[in-house]
Amino acid sequence: MDAVIKTEKLTHTYSAGTPFEKTAIRDIDVEFYPGELTAVIGHTGSGKSTFMQHLNGLLAPTAGRVLVDGQDIFATKEATRDVRFKVGLVFQYPEYQLFEETVYKDIAFGPKNMKLSEAEVDERVREAAGFVGIGEELFEKSPLELSGGQKRRIAIAGVIAMRPRVLILDEPTAGLDPGGCEEIIGNILEYRARTGSAVLLVTHSMDDAARIADRLVVFHEGSIAMDGTPEEVFSRPAELTAMGLDVPQSAAIAQALRERGADIPGSIYTLEQLKAAVAALGKEAAR
Amino acid sequence: MLKDITLGQYFPGDTVVHRLDPRTKLILVIVFIAALFLAVDWIGYAVMFAVTALCVRVSTIKLKSLLKGLKPLIFIILLTGILNLFYTKEGTVLFDWWIFTVTTGGIKRAFLMVVRIMLLICGTLLLTYTTSPIALTDGLEMLLNPLKKIKVPVHEMSMMMSMALRFIPTLIEETDKIMSAQKARGADFSTGKLTERAKALLPLLVPLFVSSFRRADELAVAMESRCYHGGEGRTRMKTLRLARRDWLAFLAGALVLGGMIVLRVYGL
Repeated sequence: MDAVIKTEKLTHTYSAGTPFEKTAIRDIDVEFYPGELTAVIGHTGSGKSTFMQHLNGLLAPTAGRVLVDGQDIFATKEATRDVRFKVGLVFQYPEYQLFEETVYKDIAFGPKNMKLSEAEVDERVREAAGFVGIGEELFEKSPLELSGGQKRRIAIAGVIAMRPRVLILDEPTAGLDPGGCEEIIGNILEYRARTGSAVLLVTHSMDDAARIADRLVVFHEGSIAMDGTPEEVFSRPAELTAMGLDVPQSAAIAQALRERGADIPGSIYTLEQLKAAVAALGKEAAR
Repeated sequence: MLKDITLGQYFPGDTVVHRLDPRTKLILVIVFIAALFLAVDWIGYAVMFAVTALCVRVSTIKLKSLLKGLKPLIFIILLTGILNLFYTKEGTVLFDWWIFTVTTGGIKRAFLMVVRIMLLICGTLLLTYTTSPIALTDGLEMLLNPLKKIKVPVHEMSMMMSMALRFIPTLIEETDKIMSAQKARGADFSTGKLTERAKALLPLLVPLFVSSFRRADELAVAMESRCYHGGEGRTRMKTLRLARRDWLAFLAGALVLGGMIVLRVYGL
């Protein structure tokens, strides 16, 4: 399958030519494929936010290229604008960007900017609201009246309504209660399953990353330090710790059990796997 | 981009000028302006120029920064120069055409006026360049303290000012973020007709207003929960105290002002 997004030697330097010059990302070569759910992890200031904003053309690279469907997104002004609709970016705390009088109009903002027909806009709004579980009874309410979790889901719907082929979310569950987190994670998985879009999820929760991601990309000091399946990445806990990152709690528990002499395999990073391993251990002990 | 907007344009440093008490600097700027307006002839201006140059030199502020500060006012400076050039009718006529008459007196007057305005701006720039906005509002509050007797809410005003200054960078950052978020949904802030562009600002302004009110509310709660109840009986972490250098600076200021008065009265 062809990559939907590809970067070539992507480099970005802030305040180039001044004493405050800082290279946020350096020579990044990476590809993302349709239907793939990638968790992007990294310490604060590792360059992951800068990287994300290149993928839909909000930031222009100092050097290198970004290709979406094989097209350089900075080739023309039109291409840069069109890519916004192909690559949907949901910022951190997106509920603060809601501005319309009604929920319906706010979700319709993106599709309207795409210059779609009324009917098409309507269809997309309903579809996007469906994905995030916002019922039609809320359509005519002001988004400011709703709860935090609902606002967040409406904001995500506003991006999904553009039917992006790549959906990027920057910490979509930050500051929500566990129930709200679950709902949003569920919405994202649903969107991926039904549209086959590529999803990039920036997260600080290693447990979420371990549980739902197909692939993990670890940023460190402006470069990609690790790139692989959760199994591959989480089997190198020492390196993760050195970068100031955690391992999933299940992996930490498995490690602690191993240190105490329990016979537990090394490839454990989700709660399910841990449960199975501990159950197997119990069975063996009973025998 | 938005990050390039500098307000309060303070250049941190550790020179005598930086270390002077903000009150001293505020008073000296007023003295400086008074002295500048006493100057009438070449000698007076030369003295004031020397004083300004000395202060700039000591403060290690770069000439380039001063010129940058003068730039927004270039229009007013030029206009003053041109008006003085054509409306002064003294000395010999050098040039005469229609309503325009240039005289030697006019050239001199125009030149001195331009110098006066430039020195005036440089003096005040020196104040804002070497004093942090917070120190400035603190100094202003203490200087205006006597006005409390006639029920001027001095403390409240200075508190509002320091808060406004504190939140300017936050607001700029927030604007940047919301702009990016709306651009990600295809908003277009930079093309189209004027009316279209004004309309396009709505998705930026509404969230900005909402978050400003939210922030104000949060700040009020945070202040009240720490028992803030106005300036009555409030103490400071950094108490302003006049040091020896402040008194020396006052002495220098008094000498310059006195000298200028003598020059003005007796002429030379």
